[in-house]
Amino acid sequence: MNPSVCIISTRAPYHGQNAREALDAALVSASYDLDTSLLLMGDAVYQLLDNQSPEQLSRKSLAAMLKALPMYGIETIFVDSESLQERGITEDQLVDGFTLLEEGALAPFITQHDKVLNF
Amino acid sequence: MKYALAIYGAPATSQAGQTALQFAKAVIAKGHSIHRLFFYQDGVHTATTLASPPQDEQHLPAEWESFIQENRLDSVVCIAAALRRGIIDASEAERYERPAHNLSDVHQLSGLGQLIDAGLEADRFITFGS
Repeated sequence: MNPSVCIISTRAPYHGQNAREALDAALVSASYDLDTSLLLMGDAVYQLLDNQSPEQLSRKSLAAMLKALPMYGIETIFVDSESLQERGITEDQLVDGFTLLEEGALAPFITQHDKVLNF
Repeated sequence: MKYALAIYGAPATSQAGQTALQFAKAVIAKGHSIHRLFFYQDGVHTATTLASPPQDEQHLPAEWESFIQENRLDSVVCIAAALRRGIIDASEAERYERPAHNLSDVHQLSGLGQLIDAGLEADRFITFGS
């Protein structure tokens, strides 16, 4: 069986290139046929906010890139519910296609993967 | 034990590179091996030959250079992250028609696959800063 990889993204979408480069690592991992999960926690939950207008910053929309992940073999994006609560973000403000990890589910979720890459 | 180290912070703006170097030296001193160093995100700035800090200050890129040479380590710099930040070797400079190149030759430019591979191959994969 192929090893499973968890890519943890922790930064806001337009905080330098961090979020974009974490996403690139997830895409490359999936392209190697590894069972790859993308986990958004901390300020990274802002990446999934709907109605982003990053063209004002001359940037590409992270949410649009995240929406395209199933095409690259990453079926679900996992979101830490506590990070949402801390920031006053509700689920209906996010683009579709994510799985919420409730409090207490985070640690078991991370440890079920063979490899964890933290960004 | 076989270690791989990923470095995400730049020498001038992050503690990551210095901590990683200390850690790498300790790994070797304890008789373990380093499968690969991977410089990604702002960590790619470590690979420039042009950094010239004042003489009484630490020169982190130069210290990495000698450490890598002395221990014949595999040191990979992410090509996409490097090109984005103006870290470039001779052949990429030619390809993109840039007037100069600055990648130290102890490192090699390669893709993110080398990061994933390092994560899989090593017994311990350690990330330093971002």
